[in-house]
Amino acid sequence: MMKQTDKNWCDNTRKNTVNLAYWTGAWVLTMALVSFGPKFLWNENIPLTIIAILVNLAIGIGVIFANKRHLNSLDELQRKIQLEAMSLALGVAVIFGLSYSMLDVTNLISYDAEISHLVILIGLTYLAGTIIGNMRYR
Amino acid sequence: MKNRIKVLRAEMDLTQAQLAAKLEVSRQTVNAIEKGKFDPSLPLAFKLSHLFGKTIEEIFQNEI
Repeated sequence: MMKQTDKNWCDNTRKNTVNLAYWTGAWVLTMALVSFGPKFLWNENIPLTIIAILVNLAIGIGVIFANKRHLNSLDELQRKIQLEAMSLALGVAVIFGLSYSMLDVTNLISYDAEISHLVILIGLTYLAGTIIGNMRYR
Repeated sequence: MKNRIKVLRAEMDLTQAQLAAKLEVSRQTVNAIEKGKFDPSLPLAFKLSHLFGKTIEEIFQNEI
């Protein structure tokens, strides 16, 4: 009985991780579809663009729930590592995001402050936080 | 927090991976607890206590 439970926990964690990867991959694909589809696939057709955005949004909501299921399937140390990485990413996003925005508002930078730059920064910070956390508790 | 998990695990002839499987946590978590890098939650401490047949105080010692 104990063996079956052990196997279930590992299988469940693995299943939720793979599930999150699928949802994230699908979301990235639909994001690419929304970004490039209007110009290269359907010649700026507005209804098709709206449908693509709605599909992207729906899959994005799926990513949120898949991420929640993934976090719930982790053990307490893994959750702590994720929490620390997320708090670092959130802090960096707010502090650096607002400073970056101020640079744009005050015209200290010649280009527009793009949200995509902030998303990349959040992603990289989260990745670094996860790697550092895993190394710390190795 | 110091603990005797490594000794108790060896007495039961369990690897870290086997202990982790019984506790339903990752091997990394067992390793971090053994090395004193991570203090387990009370439910996990009770699981260890039940598994080793010892009280929590017999497994964990406060370093204060």
